[in-house]
Amino acid sequence: MAGKVLMRGTHVLGEAAVRAGCRAYFGYPITPQNELPEYMAAAFAKMDDAVFVQAESEVASINMVMGASIAGARVMTSSSSPGISLKQEGISYIAAMELPAVIVNMMRGGPGLGNIAPAQGDYFQATKGGGHGDYRLIVLAPAYGQEIADMTRQAFDLADHYRTPVMILGDGMMGQMMEPVEFPEPLAVKSLPRKDWILDGAKGRPSRVIRSLWLDTALEEELNWRLARKYEMISRELADQEMYLVDDAELIVVAYGTAARIAKGGVHRLRETGLKVGLFRPKTLWPFPSARLATLSRHIDQMVVFEMSTGQMVEDVRLAVEGRCEVSFYGRPGGVVATPEEIARVLSSAYHRKASFEGGGSRSWQAQGYTNLGSA
Amino acid sequence: MKGRIEIDEERCKGCGLCVAVCPKKQIEISDRLNTKGYYPACFQEAMAPDPDKIECTGCALCAVCCPDVAIEVYRETKDESKDKDQEKEG
Amino acid sequence: MKKVFSRPESLKETPFHYCPGCGHSIIHRLVAEVIDELGIRERTIGVPPAGCAVLAYNYFDVDMAEAPHGRAAAVATGIKRMLPDRIVFTYQGDGDIAAIGTAETIHAASRGERVTSIFVNNAIYGMTGGQMAPTTLPGQVTTTTPGGRAPLRDGNPIDLSEMLGVAAGSVYIERTSVTSPKNILKTKKAIKKAFTVQLEDRGFALVEILSPCPTNWKMTPVDAARWVDESMTKIFPLKVIKDVA
Repeated sequence: MAGKVLMRGTHVLGEAAVRAGCRAYFGYPITPQNELPEYMAAAFAKMDDAVFVQAESEVASINMVMGASIAGARVMTSSSSPGISLKQEGISYIAAMELPAVIVNMMRGGPGLGNIAPAQGDYFQATKGGGHGDYRLIVLAPAYGQEIADMTRQAFDLADHYRTPVMILGDGMMGQMMEPVEFPEPLAVKSLPRKDWILDGAKGRPSRVIRSLWLDTALEEELNWRLARKYEMISRELADQEMYLVDDAELIVVAYGTAARIAKGGVHRLRETGLKVGLFRPKTLWPFPSARLATLSRHIDQMVVFEMSTGQMVEDVRLAVEGRCEVSFYGRPGGVVATPEEIARVLSSAYHRKASFEGGGSRSWQAQGYTNLGSA
Repeated sequence: MKGRIEIDEERCKGCGLCVAVCPKKQIEISDRLNTKGYYPACFQEAMAPDPDKIECTGCALCAVCCPDVAIEVYRETKDESKDKDQEKEG
Repeated sequence: MKKVFSRPESLKETPFHYCPGCGHSIIHRLVAEVIDELGIRERTIGVPPAGCAVLAYNYFDVDMAEAPHGRAAAVATGIKRMLPDRIVFTYQGDGDIAAIGTAETIHAASRGERVTSIFVNNAIYGMTGGQMAPTTLPGQVTTTTPGGRAPLRDGNPIDLSEMLGVAAGSVYIERTSVTSPKNILKTKKAIKKAFTVQLEDRGFALVEILSPCPTNWKMTPVDAARWVDESMTKIFPLKVIKDVA
């Protein structure tokens, strides 16, 4: 298909994966991402060098991903929040064994069984571990259909390049939205660089072991520092963001994914009334674009972090800002989708409150959904 | 058919399975410690035995049972055995 | 004299860390002998368990990939599906395959994955110090059943091989032991058949091998072998459970 096509987010992801050379998919049904395994099943059925298995659980599927990656494949799994919890053990192992893999989380309401509506409650899980041990997960956060296509391609390349798992963090809404998307040309799998570390049988070479058990603590420490150096390099090279109307902004809303699109609508409405507001949208949640945010914090008055949760990314914003400007938080958890008007009202309140309470004052905003966790 | 075994005393852990299984009872647990702290098994006919009195037939039951692959087994070939028989008769 | 018994080529020189009289050592050797005899060393990939045999990659001179506890069947599925002309085997203890790994094993068998599983059943959790296993016998004393396994409180032993026999995709399931030269040679034959099933691309094959654990059973190696013969085989009889190869 050439040119722009109208496609829902989950299908975009699937098509982009196939074009990125993904030839193995293992997954398990869970709403709201079922269209992705279905797409992969249909696409792979037409190819004779691709493997699709609907596994018996998310646990089984992440381990199949492990095996396929060990065998050298570009491989993907997908799930939604509770299923991603099940995958954490496998993700830790994949990171420790320095295996490439792409893991897609279309977030839904939680915790627990939650609901199938879109939410952003898995930020901590994605960026602060989730699995045990000292590892990091590259986390890409698309907000538009086109970005889903671009970031999926990028995810496979990053995974192979750094030999590390990569997560694409979306939500139920963007998975279902249909938008016009343009795909790049499909990659020829044979053109991909050969992986000289995989297990494919010790023919003409010594046998190899791919492992994460290092009983000798000196060796385990060495692995930990090696991973840490890799993550540091990734942090320097990969952090990315969208900065929208920030140059003259006095207030910036910080949001990612679907929340950022809603926030952008709020920003438009306020700009029409003359308020100087802008949007900072992290595109990588790990590595978090702290440096850019820190620079911004030097010449703006305040940031309002908007998340579809009770506040997770806000902590990373506060860390990046280091107290240079005020940071407050607005959240709608549980699968509730706010409107741009609502965000405009929240930003406007914050904007005017700051203007009328220069140098401190009480913050007793009790509007539903408005919370100010921690100190600003 | 005569045979001979060689026990690697450093690999042996003194488990005693070979002792129990040898049909000719030619393996015993020794009273010397190896460097790992085990009392290894030792082959009673290891020291230049009288060729006519060799009990070991090279059946290899000991080696089959040995968990640590500590035993190598040697067995007369049919020709060697025939030569010996001919020698005896002649 | 001609040497008639020596170390198989697929077994590295590294001395085993296993306890004196442990069945793992014997079974490792048998698997290595079979790999040698079938000439498949250069295209074999093994998946060891979490358990005493977690260090199996120190002994087998083939490509080996660690899996999380219980997940070997799923990891093996991923490898085999991507590299169908390689020989992929899992090597698992009773906890790995029949407690935490039950789902992955039954489903791999149901799907008829072309992998070979070696199931070492010593009715106890060895590496972690002797706790109850899914195959611990009623009345058997372990560190978590100090008064002996009581089915009402601790459940009954699981016969995973019988369950796998029902699975449509399993082609060959046999239970053997390594308590005597005769049994050891039968085990080797079973292992060879299980690998041959994969070579012939038939389906899932598994050999369950009753194996002594002298240390955690608190017996001498000779007594432990006898306990397998006299007690374990009452709950886990040596037999061919399924053979449609």
